[in-house]
This record gives sequence, structure tokens and C-alpha cells, in this order.
Amino acid sequence: MTTTSLPLPGTAALAALPVPAWRRTLRRAAGHRGLLIGSIVLGLAVLAAVLAPWLAPHDPFAQDVTQRLIPPVWHERGTWEHVLGTDKLGRDYLSRLLYGARVSLVIGFVTALVAGLIGTTLGVLAGYFGGRVDAVVSYVITCRLAMPVVLVALAMASLVGGSLKVVIVLLSLLLWDRFAIVTRSATQQLRDAEFIAAAKSLGASTPYILVRELLPNLMGALTVVATLEMAHAILLESTLSFLGLGVQPPTPSWGLMVAEGKAYMFFQPWVIMIPGVVLAVLVLAINLVGDGIRDVAAPDGRH
Amino acid sequence: MQYGLDRPMVTQFFEWLGSALQLDFGRSFYFQNTVMELVGERLPITLKLGAMSLLLAVAVAIPLGVAAALYRDTWVDRLALLVATIGQAMPNFWFALALIVVFSVGLKWLPVAGNASWQNFVLPAVALGYYAMPSLMRLTRAGMLDVMGSDYIRTARAKGLSPARVVFKHALRNAIIPVVALAAVELGFMLGGSVVIESVYSLQGLGQLAWDSIARNDYPVVQAVVLIIATFYIALTFVADVLNAALDPRMRTR
Repeated sequence: MTTTSLPLPGTAALAALPVPAWRRTLRRAAGHRGLLIGSIVLGLAVLAAVLAPWLAPHDPFAQDVTQRLIPPVWHERGTWEHVLGTDKLGRDYLSRLLYGARVSLVIGFVTALVAGLIGTTLGVLAGYFGGRVDAVVSYVITCRLAMPVVLVALAMASLVGGSLKVVIVLLSLLLWDRFAIVTRSATQQLRDAEFIAAAKSLGASTPYILVRELLPNLMGALTVVATLEMAHAILLESTLSFLGLGVQPPTPSWGLMVAEGKAYMFFQPWVIMIPGVVLAVLVLAINLVGDGIRDVAAPDGRH
Repeated sequence: MQYGLDRPMVTQFFEWLGSALQLDFGRSFYFQNTVMELVGERLPITLKLGAMSLLLAVAVAIPLGVAAALYRDTWVDRLALLVATIGQAMPNFWFALALIVVFSVGLKWLPVAGNASWQNFVLPAVALGYYAMPSLMRLTRAGMLDVMGSDYIRTARAKGLSPARVVFKHALRNAIIPVVALAAVELGFMLGGSVVIESVYSLQGLGQLAWDSIARNDYPVVQAVVLIIATFYIALTFVADVLNAALDPRMRTR
């Protein structure tokens, strides 16, 4: 981290305080209820995804037609053998849910990372160089914004054929816009800051300035956008999978589980309720973490 | 030969582009109709759905946003934020299905699917509108908080105007300007996002047409729908800018 003073609100005030900035930030983070709850839920989801092979009581792919559509344990016909019941092919719902967390989280993390890389590169270049570079990048951003994400993703997925990799590539190519917009305007604000001028006068090369001086100052904003886009990507993956053009069966994806349960929802509503609620809770947790980081990074208030 | 698939790709593209500019998207591979006929048939349904969703979203978002701002940091504010956060977290296809389970199957109030009467549009509009509501609500709340602290509100209060008059006549009028613009943009989003909702409720709108055409590899139709929705989106964003300028004289000087 650079310790030079910044024109960003909050961070500048923090840098002037005697207690190290990161420790005060950490203390504020621990006191933020939304951030705390969000981090715990997200942490549990990551744990569940990583430990899925050990946690899952059954093989998520093992079908057993004699055990079809068993309701969850709180239902009068439920059994402890299948805590969350089974689906239309007799596969254990809890096991599929745990493995499904892997799909959602991998797509969320990787998409946010790749889209962040694309968007940040474009945004920083446009913001730092301005002029013609900015004009080109702004045009590309506008073109991207004009595309209806769901429709384009659907059409492309149907051309290429849906799979985990395809979904990640498509979403990464579609969700970089917010990264670019945010980094572009932040870079424009920082371009003329003293510490950039100082680095220039010390003879630092442009790549060095961009990566070592500018980028660390964008990390706060980038983290917030990354969480938002991660949540966005997870929702879009589930939508694509629900429409049959995302992750393909028999891979357990939460969106796919809702799609597979759709035909049974009238009499066994839990087959769509369980994956839907889990999906909403995960997205909610990620959003809470994002909001929390924003609050903690800007102590002056929520707006 | 009637589709001209024997000619070079570049020629085909410019040919398509040229006729697309004249609103001629060619013929569907699947139906004998021209693409424009198909679109013309479906577009009104999607527009109706979009308009109803937007109306619902605004009707909920603005009162909720105003209430949240007036009763800041009380349970009202927290409830409004909770409703918004949940709306942003729920996958909309799942919310749509849940609405069917509760209101069509459980309570038997509304039809499950189809587009026969206005009742068929209620659940889809709720599902789509809830998706657009949170951002409108947050912007109304932020705008109201901003405006309520300003000098002219204090002046209006000092003049002895009733609180209702201050809130609705003086504050809301100013706070609502960016919300109106965002609403136009949200309408564009909803037209694009209606694919999912239309497929859940089998509404025969533009989204359903796109979805079916994707499944049939009917590319002329897919291209046309994507282009039309993108055009709508751009037009609505432009409308948002114009509205901003029309409603806020301060925006015009720059």
C-alpha cells in the first residue's frame, strides 16, 4: 500500500491518524453487523463447497428410482437418511446442494476476476491517458451497455453450447462494464494527484505508475464492484442454467435444480424452494459483504 | 438460395445491415412470415408487461423510499432496506415460480400462465417489477435525504407550511428527478430481462419469441430481437437524459 495522501474522502483522514489505517479499518469492519453476517455466510458457503466431498452424505450423481421425491426431514414423510429429501431421480438433495455451491462460487469468483481484469485494464488506460484512448474505451463501454445481457448470453450459449467454461467466458465478457466505468472515473480523479506527479518526477515508467502507484488506490472501489459482479454472475448463471443453456445436467447447479424441480413444484414445492432460498441467501450474503466494505472504506456515512 | 447463404459472409452482413436499417430483417427460418410480422405480433405484449412492471415498481419504490428517508434509522427505514436487499438477491425466475405456487396454486387467485386477460399479467409484472424496485427505492431515499437537509426545505418549513406540503410539493419534486431518469433506464433493462419471466409464465411476448427462436436456431429472428431491444434500451437512455434536462433546469446550462 502507498502511504501517500489521497484526495479520496476518508482514506486521507485515516492516513493522518497515528494508529495504522488498516487496524482502524479492521476494527470498524468487526463492528459492522451486515459485513459480519455476510462474511460468515459467505465463509460457510465456501467451506461447504470446498469440503463438499466430505460433507455430502451421498453421491450427488447416484440415482435411485425407488427413493424419488422424498420430502425433507421436517415434513411428516421425511427421513434422516435424506435430510433435504431427494429429487425426481432419487438423488440426495443435500449432497447436490453442497456440490452446487461449487458451481455457483467458482462462476462467481472466476467471472469477477476475469471481468475485473478486462474492465480495470480498459478503465485505467482510458482514465490515465484520456484523449483518443478514452474516446475508444468509452465507445466500447457504450456498445457493451447497449447489449441486453440475458439475451446476448442466451444467444451465444445456444451457438456455442452451454457448459461451465462457456458460462464463465460469456459472463466475463459481459460483466466488465461496471469495473471499467468505476476505475475510469477514479483514475481521472487520481491522474493529477501529487503522488503521481512525484513518481513521474522520480523517473518512474508509466507501467510502474499504473500498477504500483495507481492500482493500490483503486482496490477499495474494485473490491466493492467485484462483490456486486460476483453476485450478478451467480444470479445470471442460475438463470442460464434454469433456461437450459448454462451448466448442463447432471452437474448439480442451483439454477438447474430449480428447472428440474419445476414440473413437481405444485405438489412438492420444496424441490424449487430449497435451491432458490439457498441461492438468494448466498447472493444476499455477497451483497452484504460488498455494502459492508463500502461502508467501512468510506467512514463518512452510507452515501 | 432464398436466404443468400451462398454469398460471402461480409456481403451477407452488410446486406443484412442495410435492410435492417430499413426495418427489414428478412424472413424467419422457421415460419413463413417475415421477422417484422412476428415481432409486430409479440412486441405489444412485452411492452404491456414492461409498462405494468414499471408502474408497479414505481408505485412501491417511491412511497417506500420517501418513508425510509423521513423515518431514517427507524424500523421503517430498516424494513425498506430489507425489502430492497431481498429483491436484489432473489433470482427472478425463482421468485416468479414461487409467486405461481402461492397465488395460483395455493390461493387460486390468479391464472398460472398464458396471456388471455389482464390477470395473466399481474404475477409476471410483480416478478419483473420487484427486480427493478430496489434501485429506484434506494435512489428515492438517497435523493430525499439529500433534499431534506437543504436550505429551501428549511425555508419552506420556516414559512409555516404543513409538513405534508413540504415533503410532497417541495422535497419530493426535486428528489424525484433522477428517479424518473432511472425509471426509463430500468424499463430498458426489463425489456431485456423479460425473456426469463415470459418463459416462466408462457407469455407470448418478444422474450418468449427470442427464447423459442434460440431453441429453433432461427437466427434472423434472434438477431432482430436483440437489435430491437438494444435500440429500445439506447432510446430509453436518451429519453432519460432528455427527461433530466426537462425536469431540472440546472442540467440545461452545461
